[in-house]
Amino acid sequence: MTDTFEIRDLHVSIEDKPILKGFSLTVRKGEVHALMGPNGSGKSTLANAIMGHPKYTVTNGQILMKGENLLEMSPDERARKGLFLAFQYPCEVPGVRQANFLRLAVNARFGKELDVMEFYDKLEEKMKYLDMDESFMKRYLNEGFSGGEKKRNEILQMMLLQPEFAVMDETDSGLDIDALKVVSRGINELRGPDLGILIITHYERILRYITPDFVHILVDGKIVKSGGADLAGHLEEHGYDWIVKEVAA
Amino acid sequence: MSTTAAPTMQGAYKEGFHDDIKTLHKVPKGASHKVIDYMCDVKGEPDWMRKFRHRSLDLFLKQDLPPWMPGLRDEIDYDSITYYMSPVDKPARRWEDVPEEIRRTYDKLGIAKEEQKLLGGLGAQIDSEMAYHNIQDSLSKQGVVFLSCDDGLKEYPEIFQEHFAKVIPPEDNKFAALNSAFWSGGSFVYIPKGVKCDIPLSVYFRINAEQFGQFERTLIICEDDTFCHYVEGCSAPVYTTNSLHSAVVEIYVKKRGRCRYTTIQNWSTDVYNLVTKRSLVDAHGVMEWVDGNLGSKRTVKYPSCYMIGEGAHGEILSLASADKGMWQDAGAKLVFFAPNCTGRINSKSISGHGGRASYRGLVQVRPGADNCRVQVNCDALILDDVSRSDTYPVMEIDGDLATVEHEASVSNVSEEQLFYLMSRGVRKEEAVSMIVNGFIEPIVKELPMEFAVEINRLINLQMEGSVG
Repeated sequence: MTDTFEIRDLHVSIEDKPILKGFSLTVRKGEVHALMGPNGSGKSTLANAIMGHPKYTVTNGQILMKGENLLEMSPDERARKGLFLAFQYPCEVPGVRQANFLRLAVNARFGKELDVMEFYDKLEEKMKYLDMDESFMKRYLNEGFSGGEKKRNEILQMMLLQPEFAVMDETDSGLDIDALKVVSRGINELRGPDLGILIITHYERILRYITPDFVHILVDGKIVKSGGADLAGHLEEHGYDWIVKEVAA
Repeated sequence: MSTTAAPTMQGAYKEGFHDDIKTLHKVPKGASHKVIDYMCDVKGEPDWMRKFRHRSLDLFLKQDLPPWMPGLRDEIDYDSITYYMSPVDKPARRWEDVPEEIRRTYDKLGIAKEEQKLLGGLGAQIDSEMAYHNIQDSLSKQGVVFLSCDDGLKEYPEIFQEHFAKVIPPEDNKFAALNSAFWSGGSFVYIPKGVKCDIPLSVYFRINAEQFGQFERTLIICEDDTFCHYVEGCSAPVYTTNSLHSAVVEIYVKKRGRCRYTTIQNWSTDVYNLVTKRSLVDAHGVMEWVDGNLGSKRTVKYPSCYMIGEGAHGEILSLASADKGMWQDAGAKLVFFAPNCTGRINSKSISGHGGRASYRGLVQVRPGADNCRVQVNCDALILDDVSRSDTYPVMEIDGDLATVEHEASVSNVSEEQLFYLMSRGVRKEEAVSMIVNGFIEPIVKELPMEFAVEINRLINLQMEGSVG
């Protein structure tokens, strides 16, 4: 109970249009799941609905994190309970300094004022790990960041906030190979018995660097096939067409 | 604090208290020639000033309000206002010599603490007169003059008369005329050639009386190759009746001089704040207005730079926050009379709880002012659907080869930004406050530290309860 993230028969709509149609998945701490699917299958909808974006309406089903009903919580409560979403398109927030934001977020997550020096030491260490320049902290949150910088920034936040369950929404999209390696290194560093990870991706590419324990294929709002890491390789070779056809048949 | 008025920031508006301070001078209510004579007698002013005041009153009585100032005509009852009132005769030079009850007021406002900080000079006006005005020896030794405007007239009559009311004559507008008739207090600043006054000169304006008109007058003269930073703050008690604050600020920036004038007004929501501020900028001079409007019932103020010498630069950073019961009609004017000049306007406004923020701007390039470059940025943030924001930009370009850029935006607190911050555990109110503070950051970062801290505090208070 306390180490599972459980999605049961989830139905989600955007503006009355059903996108997820009975999605179920259980992620345990220590596991890495990959959710793959063609465009329009509902991947990003799942990520946003898990975090509680107000535009996504859950019409049916449950999400339980450590046995608690996530759907009754606001996004910030979910985060404080240990949920993390790495955004596909991290938002720019002009005028808000990176360092100030990160400190506030860390304090919120752990429910106490972290010693300032301690915080900066930790920050510096994580930034080094992700090959991030010091000047970055003085910049405004994601403002003018390149795609790679934004994604690195997501991983940095994840490292600082130490979630128990993390959803990575298309973290590999828009990354060149070097950035992909750095980002993957960060995720592998975090991987461990205290964290359950759900990687949402269109391409198998990122899974060459992060080997998942399970791979699921999402088509039209539902998981249609689950398997081991080799399923991803199969997809890479044959594309999504065969599975879409198989489902239709 | 009075509990009769009910601003949204009540309880938050910590300057809203009123102190009982014994009055030394007080004239009958109403704008009359008699009041002017009384003031001239008390102040011992020269004849030319007496004539100037009387002429200005006539102009005030004759002049109509500008057509874009509707409403004000019926809102302000000029007969119910006291035009001159003071607990002191002249400013003390030592803080200990300021009457104790006034010192207490300034203690509560945190001004006494300011004095201990590194300021080049400090002035403190209460109602009509300056209670305190002093300058550091190191600056006065270099010939820097920092006096109340009244003392400027007494001690430097020639320089004073040469510059006074030349940038803003009483004919300029109704409120300039009103100020010219009843002006009292304010500062006289003179920076001699070549002197860089690196530490700010700071003045605090306080209205304590009820139904009162404060008409301070400031004259700043920066000679060639100078630098000066003048900083002013303002506040008043919360009453149920209205007061009027109508200042005139005239600034000369001579060749290659640079002047920065920073204002943070936080008047209570029963003060009409109708101010005329203008600067003449000579060749290669730089004028910067940093104008923060956080309080008042209605503010009408457009700091202006008139570029009169080649290569001059004028800049206005304007920040307005309109909360419940406020209308911030703020903006800026850049007028180019000479070639190769540059100018920039950066305006940010926030309106919430039914407040209204307007940007009114004028960029004018006169014939012969060729090759001028102007950049105008004007952003408005509206916090809810009962608040309002409007923009009235006017551009009149008659010079050749002018480059004028104008960018404007109106936005709400974005749902995506809010979601992003909240997804990191930040509570909604805090997230909104971060976004709003981020919005004004480009201007706030230009402010002295203590002002920046105060503004962030006020904005955070305004955010309380503003999130649905």
